[in-house]
Amino acid sequence: MPICQGCPPSKSSKRNADFTVALAGNANVGKSAVFNQLTGVDQIIGNWPGKTVERAEGMLHYRGRKIKIIDLPGIYSFTTYSMEELVSRDFIALEKPDIVVNVVDATALERNLFFTIQLLELNAPVVIALNQIDLMEKREISIDSNKLEELLGVPVVPTSAIKGKGISELTEQIVKLSEKRKIPPEIKYGREVEQRTEMLAALLGKVETDYPRRWLAIKLLEKDDEVTRLIEGIDRSIAQAAEDLAEEIERIHGEPSGVVMSAERYKLADEIARKVQKIRTEKETLTDELDKVALHPVLGYLAILVTIGGLLIWTFFIGDPISKALGNALSPIEQFEPLVSGPLGEILWNGALTGFIAGVTLVIPYVLPFYIILAVIEDSGYLTRISFMLDKGMHKLGLHGKAIIPLILGYGCSVPACFSCRIMETPKQKLIAAFLVSLVPCTARTVVILGLVAKFVGIWWALALYVFDIVLIILLGRIAFEVVRGESVGLIMEMPSYHIPSAKVVLKQTWARTKSLLWIVFPAYIIGSAVLQVFYAAGWLDPVNNVLSPITVGWLGLPASVGILLIFGIVRKELTILMLAVIFQTTNFASVMSSVQLIVLALVTMIYIPCLATILCLGREFGWRKASAITVFEVAFAVLMGGLVFRLLSLFR
Amino acid sequence: MPKEQVEEYLETILDIAGKDGTAKTSEVAKRLKNNPASVTEVFQSMARNGLVRYEPYKGVSLTEKGAKAATKIKRKHRLLEVFLSRILHVDPDKVHEEACRMEHCISDEVEDAICRLLNAPARCPSNKLIYPCEKGIATCNECKDAVEKGGQVQRKILPITDLKPCQKGIIAFLRGGRKVIQRLSDLGLTPGSEVTLVRKTPLGGPIELSVRRTTLAVGHEIADNIFVEAAGGS
Repeated sequence: MPICQGCPPSKSSKRNADFTVALAGNANVGKSAVFNQLTGVDQIIGNWPGKTVERAEGMLHYRGRKIKIIDLPGIYSFTTYSMEELVSRDFIALEKPDIVVNVVDATALERNLFFTIQLLELNAPVVIALNQIDLMEKREISIDSNKLEELLGVPVVPTSAIKGKGISELTEQIVKLSEKRKIPPEIKYGREVEQRTEMLAALLGKVETDYPRRWLAIKLLEKDDEVTRLIEGIDRSIAQAAEDLAEEIERIHGEPSGVVMSAERYKLADEIARKVQKIRTEKETLTDELDKVALHPVLGYLAILVTIGGLLIWTFFIGDPISKALGNALSPIEQFEPLVSGPLGEILWNGALTGFIAGVTLVIPYVLPFYIILAVIEDSGYLTRISFMLDKGMHKLGLHGKAIIPLILGYGCSVPACFSCRIMETPKQKLIAAFLVSLVPCTARTVVILGLVAKFVGIWWALALYVFDIVLIILLGRIAFEVVRGESVGLIMEMPSYHIPSAKVVLKQTWARTKSLLWIVFPAYIIGSAVLQVFYAAGWLDPVNNVLSPITVGWLGLPASVGILLIFGIVRKELTILMLAVIFQTTNFASVMSSVQLIVLALVTMIYIPCLATILCLGREFGWRKASAITVFEVAFAVLMGGLVFRLLSLFR
Repeated sequence: MPKEQVEEYLETILDIAGKDGTAKTSEVAKRLKNNPASVTEVFQSMARNGLVRYEPYKGVSLTEKGAKAATKIKRKHRLLEVFLSRILHVDPDKVHEEACRMEHCISDEVEDAICRLLNAPARCPSNKLIYPCEKGIATCNECKDAVEKGGQVQRKILPITDLKPCQKGIIAFLRGGRKVIQRLSDLGLTPGSEVTLVRKTPLGGPIELSVRRTTLAVGHEIADNIFVEAAGGS
């Protein structure tokens, strides 16, 4: 549920639980799966790094104890360079969860230990869940977990979270450690770094902060901006000493000190891994075989076309009959004719009900099949291959391959797609991605395009609108890249191995997404249409239409009565089509509007602001100034394009 | 044959040589605004000096010696371009031409000094890659030491994008913004680590590499700044 989980949990919520457990680890190691197993709450699982963009919380009841579980976003390090890393480290250091479960991918031990070492530096009471052991065995890797436990000085529990293996042992260890909280032993660096760390830690002797002293010393040597600022505020001389020491390290190694520290940690991680890990063979895996096609310079693009095309075709192939069937089933209670007189309560109820029914019949049937297949694609690991193949093209928009993930999500619903823009690295790239996502026709808008254009003008015109939209996205993306200030960075992305999607994960995933969609979209639908109903009943429609007529009639060449539709469409895009039927008292739109008018109406609906829920989401993510700027721009742009297209098409018809 | 002329030829061949490393005589002639007959003559003389392999009707390709000399002069050229525009603020339109004249007469010491002054820039003003020097060192500080000692630790350092698919390399050093370098090293691309180039994509698309049994996709411009010591193909 994307409602306000980004905010830090208040102290009161902590009081409800007996103790708090945070799940931390690299991206794509199965943290969300561990979370689901522990709590029974459905956190979205996907085979691409970075899908846990929000902090999820759940409760575990175990032998009469209430344990709060927090799933932190997947990260590789604790630098200040990404919001997720900064937030996670502050959460662990400052909120001090009672236990940190470090979920470790057993198939990539070194890189995961690199992160473990940093957790230990934060003095977190760590339990390691050595996850994905089934996959590890398949790759003929064996890890001596007892020896690992001994070397690190923290409990290690082998798990396979997807299959539910080792979860009860893990819970056992969590409870055991919570009773006897133990600070893990320090991990020592190589001499050059270790000496300087200890010197700095000694200088920091009298400094009191919420962070562990040794950790502060390490971060100062790394020239960490936040920590340096913190210490400068306390004692300038220490910060100066730290800078000198960091520069000494840089002079010795000839690398930025942050890189030197990372190299040191990897040296330690490699050493530990060497002692506990045996790799028999490195044979060619299924992933290598599949990638020969998926990443082939010709076949790869073909595969993308087939996948995305297939996804959209499937959505409508399946969605259309379900939508019709649901519509028929609900028609007895649906009041097609809006209630325009009577007590206010009934008017409101009537509006709320139509909103609800529209949601059930027009959005769910399309979104659900879309999300099922999307979940299959995600779980298989293919999404990152699409990112890889399209990276070069996305650079033209100042984005990179990863941005394709929110854009594809956008064909389902703009709201979760907008949230997923957090996988982009810089504020500039996040903003551009979200802006473009709002231009991608979601299922609601697709309903309008299909209902108006495909049905009454021709399927090719509907397709042309889609192509036109993609061209617009590319052009506007390019312009946004020039206009928006800020930094853009290139692609650095982990490529997970493929695996055969599990039905359970796919269904859970689909449900989790649909549920979060319901939470944010349905309230907007229901409240919005109730309010609109009042509008309708109060007889404010004609005045509104009259005010808008210079735009709707004069510029866009549409009938005056569609003015109100465009206002309705702000709340619910597919309401445009529903209200059209009400206003004209017919569902055969070709009899009341010309082909050109239908195309123009569909085009305007497609690009003028996504919907109320998306605006709210943009506002939350980027602030109201940017959200309103995007809204105003898209309305103006849609009107401009609509008018131009109207004039252009009128020439030929 | 004057040194200057030979160097111009080497650079031109390096620029226009196709995938198989061969440059057509006609193209070289066109670029240097010379007639094919005299170009052929120069090629033959260069071939005698072991700088190129010349095959009539096919063209020339650089020998190892020739390639080394060509990258060296290219490096000087691009360093000079940065020097002229960044330090001397010479008119951007004239930078290339000036660098073309200067590249032939500066010594290796001056080249090193400019490199240090500019803090080993990664790219020339027109955003082309500047080849790292041959000393196989990561920073300017090491450069001073290496020059003082006079000894040159010969390492073959190249951007990871120059590796062949499936070829292994050891990370020598990273260049680029602080954030990017930190991210790369946090993902395991620390100096001294073994990496394998898994796959390249055409037209400057991203590359796929594997390090410590994890696979990463890296955009081309970032990958250009990951320098490795090449190992033999596997």
